[in-house]
Amino acid sequence: MKNPGRFLQLSVTLLAAAFLLVPTIQSVLAGLTVNYFQGLRSGLTLNWIFVVWDLYSSSIFLSLGIALACLVVTLIIGVPAAYAMARNPGRLTRALEEFISLPLAIPGLALALALLQLYGTYKGFRLSWTFILVGHVLYTLPFMVRSVLSVLAAIDLKTLEEGAASLGAGPARRFIDIVVPNALPGILAGALTVVTLSIGEFNLTWMLHTPYLKTLPVGLADSYASMRLEIASAYTLIFFVMIVPLLLAMQWASARAQRITQ
Amino acid sequence: MTLTLRNIAKTFPGGARALMPTDLDISEGEIVSLLGPSGCGKTTLLRIIAGLETADPGAQIRFKGEDMGALPVERRKVGMVFQSYALFPNMSVRSNIGYGLKMQSLPRDQIDARVDEVIALCRLEPYAGRAITALSGGQRQRVALARAFAPRPRLLLLDEPLSALDAALRGALRDELAALLRQFGITAIFVTHDQDEAMAIADRVAVMSQGRVAQIGTPEALYRAPENAFVARFVGNALPLGGLIEDGRLHLPGGVLTLAGHSNGKAAFVRAEDVKIVADGPLAATVETVTFLGTHYRIGLRGATHETLFCLHQGVSAPKPGETVRLAIAPQSILTLDPEKAAA
Repeated sequence: MKNPGRFLQLSVTLLAAAFLLVPTIQSVLAGLTVNYFQGLRSGLTLNWIFVVWDLYSSSIFLSLGIALACLVVTLIIGVPAAYAMARNPGRLTRALEEFISLPLAIPGLALALALLQLYGTYKGFRLSWTFILVGHVLYTLPFMVRSVLSVLAAIDLKTLEEGAASLGAGPARRFIDIVVPNALPGILAGALTVVTLSIGEFNLTWMLHTPYLKTLPVGLADSYASMRLEIASAYTLIFFVMIVPLLLAMQWASARAQRITQ
Repeated sequence: MTLTLRNIAKTFPGGARALMPTDLDISEGEIVSLLGPSGCGKTTLLRIIAGLETADPGAQIRFKGEDMGALPVERRKVGMVFQSYALFPNMSVRSNIGYGLKMQSLPRDQIDARVDEVIALCRLEPYAGRAITALSGGQRQRVALARAFAPRPRLLLLDEPLSALDAALRGALRDELAALLRQFGITAIFVTHDQDEAMAIADRVAVMSQGRVAQIGTPEALYRAPENAFVARFVGNALPLGGLIEDGRLHLPGGVLTLAGHSNGKAAFVRAEDVKIVADGPLAATVETVTFLGTHYRIGLRGATHETLFCLHQGVSAPKPGETVRLAIAPQSILTLDPEKAAA
């Protein structure tokens, strides 16, 4: 090696990659081997995945449903909220921003306990999936608001809106034609974060779930605790297959939106 | 009058008065410039006309007799060119220009026809399909103008439309803007802090100072017959001569000048281009500095007045620093105005 610095850099990168990849590959293989304790000699199979699907497909669909509902709710609340905050900067806005960010600092368990204390007696609500949704919205909303707010703060929103107004656009038109398209990179980045966090959220959901409402990560914990290792690993594999393309797709979308506004 | 403004004042929350009660009349097709230093209230006045700012109670904005004051900005039908242009980065040049027409809910083919027309008028054909981010400053300025003009506003308002451009481009675009506005034949008000810009573009200039219109008139009138010291200083950089006026004569340290009128109790001002170096002039002065500016020399002179007096000297050579020269100022070139109360 001509350049020792480069060599060091390469080794550290490869080591770090290996540190992350080896357990992943091992876990994936565990979900695909007939018998993990006998190793690969026992042969490869997709059976464990079908078993997981039979046992936990309702968890997977529940998680997807909650993640999408959570995205819709955070979009409906978060984008106008970020817009209002961007248009009215001041002490009150700062205080509000801190306030909605509180769920980031409070452990999910505490948040869940508070929700249970407050709404636990409303049986219909307590037993419905919307109860978990409320927890997820509380937890993910600050990510959406902050992400949109940071983009809106970077553009001269006031003058753009004044421009649109002078051309005859009323407040609603300005929001749809000017605010939303220019906030798009922030909205996409926020959406990416919200969906990923909602699908992966465990500790708050674990407190709020009922035996009939297990989300994907709660089901994962359940399978780790009570199923054989191959099933648990196959479950992890399904989780990977779901979340990785989602992450890639949304990252691509957000990079593309970022280019438009530059 | 097309546009009649009465008693327009603006007090900001906290009590700062940005604009004293102001009246202004603008006739059809006229291009009026609001000229003044920063903080003089010119942009506030423009934004009140646009509807982007609310005037203090008692204000009246009438357009051909119709009260505009109560209308929100989106219903005033005024075109506005912003200092930063405020072009929509999420739309192409065409969509930016067509946005105002789209807001009028015109049919698609009418919008296209009008956009094509305005694009041709502003010579933007090569850029029509481009993204806003792919345009230079000068091109953006033209797109902003085209966008404001496309919906056929009854009034075009321009807020420092050239100040975001670099100096070399500004001169060329100034003449282009003046020509385009004339071609549009539209009533326009534009705000600037640059007297050359105001003079080159406007039919009439309203010079503003500390929230008031100090004088309004044609560029020639403002230059030749300023009504007060502020206008004399701001338009054409007249310098105070100091000294004492007595019965039509101005007594200065370097000699005595004859005035055109009686002018007791007034103060005398002169522009550098009216100070002439002549062999038999009534004033004596010592050359302090000589700056060569191509078309002329700018000469700083000491001794004639209390402060340094400047003279624009045309000729193939200039006196050297330290030399003594004699100066003459024609009586009609000396502006006699009410003395300034306090330094503005």
